[in-house]
Amino acid sequence: MTDSQALLAVRATSLYRQKMLWALGIGLIVLFWISLLLGRYPAPGLISLERLMNDELAARLVFQLRLPRLLSALFLGMSLSAAGLVFQLLFGNPLVEPGFLGVSQGAAFGAALSIVFFSSKAVVVQTNAALFALAGLGLSYLLARRLRYGGWILRLILAGIAISAFFSAGVGLLKALADPLSQLPEITFWLLGGLASLTWQKFFSILPLSISGLAVLLLYRWRLNVLSLSDETAFSLGTAPHRERAFLIVAAVLPTAALISVAGMVGWVGLIVPHLARRLFGAEARFSLPGAMLIGGWFVIFCDNLARTLLNGEIPLGILTSLIGAVTFLALLSVQGRQWQR
Amino acid sequence: MAALNEPCLSFEQVSFRYETGAQRVLAEVSFTLPAHQVTILFGPNGCGKTTLLYLTLGWLQAEKGTIWVDGRPLASLNRRERGRFMALVPQSEYVSFEYSVLEYVLLGRAPHLPNLGEPGEGDVAIALGALRRVGIEHLAHQSIRALSGGERQLVLIARALTQQPRLLLLDEPTAHLDLQNTYRLVEVVRELKRQGMTIFMTSHDPQVVLALADQVIILRQGKVFRQGTLDEAFTGEVLQAVYSIPLQIVAVDGKKTLQWL
Repeated sequence: MTDSQALLAVRATSLYRQKMLWALGIGLIVLFWISLLLGRYPAPGLISLERLMNDELAARLVFQLRLPRLLSALFLGMSLSAAGLVFQLLFGNPLVEPGFLGVSQGAAFGAALSIVFFSSKAVVVQTNAALFALAGLGLSYLLARRLRYGGWILRLILAGIAISAFFSAGVGLLKALADPLSQLPEITFWLLGGLASLTWQKFFSILPLSISGLAVLLLYRWRLNVLSLSDETAFSLGTAPHRERAFLIVAAVLPTAALISVAGMVGWVGLIVPHLARRLFGAEARFSLPGAMLIGGWFVIFCDNLARTLLNGEIPLGILTSLIGAVTFLALLSVQGRQWQR
Repeated sequence: MAALNEPCLSFEQVSFRYETGAQRVLAEVSFTLPAHQVTILFGPNGCGKTTLLYLTLGWLQAEKGTIWVDGRPLASLNRRERGRFMALVPQSEYVSFEYSVLEYVLLGRAPHLPNLGEPGEGDVAIALGALRRVGIEHLAHQSIRALSGGERQLVLIARALTQQPRLLLLDEPTAHLDLQNTYRLVEVVRELKRQGMTIFMTSHDPQVVLALADQVIILRQGKVFRQGTLDEAFTGEVLQAVYSIPLQIVAVDGKKTLQWL
């Protein structure tokens, strides 16, 4: 193959991936607007534009409840997926998910602690969850520095597992202490995850962390590949691997912590979507990162639509993302089985 | 063109230990890497070869002594300058994800790009040139995980060449390779030297040393035991002293080879 042919092939691949990103992005916008009209008022199905103009209740429903909820679903999907992809890259492990460094269990502990001892008011629960999510990350980091076993990556993973177990034991204890009639159902519901309580106020409270974290990750999208190499190699390529990775891990955790604090434990998104993105866009993060964000948006909006419209009552979102995520995961494993072998 | 034996990099009385109070891994090591030549760091396992290579890279810092590059201490180069001056070919590298060979080799452009930069078509052309230099341009669009061990080693060399370095560091490049791939790798290194590259590699394979080295540095227990040309430093007596086993170096059809006794 001559250079010009190879260059043409590179251009074609990159053009194809760009087109796919555009298609996913435009599709996501369409899905978003359809979802806004989709619901169970006045009857299951799409609300007509005419009714939206004339029916004040319909307008309030759409703009005060559905719109902030949908925007949160979009950011939840984008944040968890981007953080998952970045974590999998930086830890060189396709099985890590964004909450594993003590973040998810820390948030759960914070929320449960607030419900049992302080207050079930949304803003208190959210603040506590966010604080403990970051505390989980901080503790994992400090513990990893103390460990005397394995390389830095392995130490962080081990520390994350230990801190998560510590917090999850704490959640168990709080459940046992909780009032079974009032507090326990609230904890359980929080742990199942969902966006039913999302308001504009909550949405705006997560927006700054979410947007700044995602922006940093997107700006670093090519350098992420370099930082995924071993310490010495990344260093030989002119990077400061420890410092830059720590910075990117924080940039990935902040949006995750913010979203978990309002949405609870929404599992599997950060694990499965990066796999889908790499199937479609290849491993190179220049394309797989924006790809994962768009697919994540699709996935959570789709699951949340089911959560709020399928039954008369709300189905917890975390149950649907886990169910659909697990089915997708199995399908991926059997269809593309060859690719997964070492 | 610079003089043939102009120094490229030199160690001056360099000592190193991993932690204060721990035993010295390297003690007062001095040597010079001549430009456009192959220098091989040779010695038994655990003698400090890789440590010395990482000191050269700047990844580890000397406890005492100075490493000089072009009359400047290595420590005064910034990260990007260092990445353009020398490139590392690690012993092996586990790749978790399905990168194409070209995407992977393009990572070598990092020291030439700003922090948030991305490679453009000029960089792609340089990466393709590097793949051609090691003879695997036909693999450019394959998944790196589908390659054999020998091919992967060549990909790592191509990535290092994409850095357009003046000095190439190779850490035991033949350690995991079979005979055919070892031969192929030796040919690639020879060709790079012919094109003017300065090469510094570690090896514990005497046949590779005999096939490639202009200069050999023999390390034993953290000290330079012998250094010089093959004739000066790589003799049967020296190897017997290093390994405490009976062996000799004999010439067969004018080519030196190692023989057990």
